[in-house]
Amino acid sequence: MKKLFITGLLALTTAAWAQTTVKVEDAWVRGTVATQKATGAFMRLTPSANARLVEAKSPVAGVVEIHEMAMENDVMRMRQVPGLDLAAGRTLELKPGGYHVMLMDLKQPLKAGEQVPITLVFEDAAQKRFTQEIKAPVTALGGGNAPMPMNHGAHKH
Amino acid sequence: MHRTPSVSSLSSAVLPRRQALGWLAAGTALWLTGCERVSTPASGSAPAFRGIDITGASYARGFSLTDFNGQRRSLTDFRGRLVMLYFGFVQCPDVCPTALTRAAAVMEQLGPQAADLQLIFVTVDPERDTPELLRDYMGSFHPSFLALTGSADEIRRAADEFRVYYKRVPTGSSYTMDHTALSYLFDRQGRIRVVLRHEQTADDYTADVRALLAESAA
Repeated sequence: MKKLFITGLLALTTAAWAQTTVKVEDAWVRGTVATQKATGAFMRLTPSANARLVEAKSPVAGVVEIHEMAMENDVMRMRQVPGLDLAAGRTLELKPGGYHVMLMDLKQPLKAGEQVPITLVFEDAAQKRFTQEIKAPVTALGGGNAPMPMNHGAHKH
Repeated sequence: MHRTPSVSSLSSAVLPRRQALGWLAAGTALWLTGCERVSTPASGSAPAFRGIDITGASYARGFSLTDFNGQRRSLTDFRGRLVMLYFGFVQCPDVCPTALTRAAAVMEQLGPQAADLQLIFVTVDPERDTPELLRDYMGSFHPSFLALTGSADEIRRAADEFRVYYKRVPTGSSYTMDHTALSYLFDRQGRIRVVLRHEQTADDYTADVRALLAESAA
């Protein structure tokens, strides 16, 4: 019991010590047409240690939220979620049919090929906040759900 | 006490109704898959669909709404062609563009036969989905796609006819829409035949469209 406690304490300390980073891959944003005010950003997140995505910001949107989409009895329901827990080394995919970063109150239409800067705000295991800047390429609205494979969202640490 | 309710007070005040609506939505799904499932005439030639065969259903009989060019539209306008109907909204980041991308893939798969299929999108968010926005939005998926809108009452009546559930859900400073994500397929005679689900693939949709196209034209 005591050993378990110490091991746990050690693990916590190590986690807090080493700076947690989150690898962000294949980020993309669905393009919009003029006067369309909202769209979604999708990506894959893999943290080096347990972390939580708590917020996202972008200069192209007045409001950014983390949303979850679910189908219940053929009804699509979309809800804001307060955050997404990320387990160490495990990839969480934000993709159509699940989670997305919802960009609302868009300031301009997003055209295919443009890059959307997004700031992801995470909390590490010690609830210390850290941010990561990414640039997500815009995929043509009618161009399907597949992101352009050659254009990964840059992951800076 | 008619102040604008906050999100939290709204959810508590509306809960019983929301539950009731939830049941209604669940009931609709049951209805589609169960009791109301009317089989095709026992002629032996009825095609097997990948979607749910609702031939002969007493709902989803038609609509009367206005397209993005201001023209009044009803099902009879499309007689001789198939119609695929979908309810959604433009500020929808996920399910609606996925459905429309799939519909565009169906058009692609159909080749020259695509001219015999009309995709119609009915907005459940007429307040934000202006005709101009609908025209731009649909055009980015396929030049032939049409969108319909109307007054809040008209949209509600059309959705009720299709047993489509939709509801405005506040989120932060804005709102989103919960809505039924089924596609309704009419034959060349304007009869409701098949309901396809969101989880189904473009291949499934194309197969059912082809099966209906193969039936003799009226």
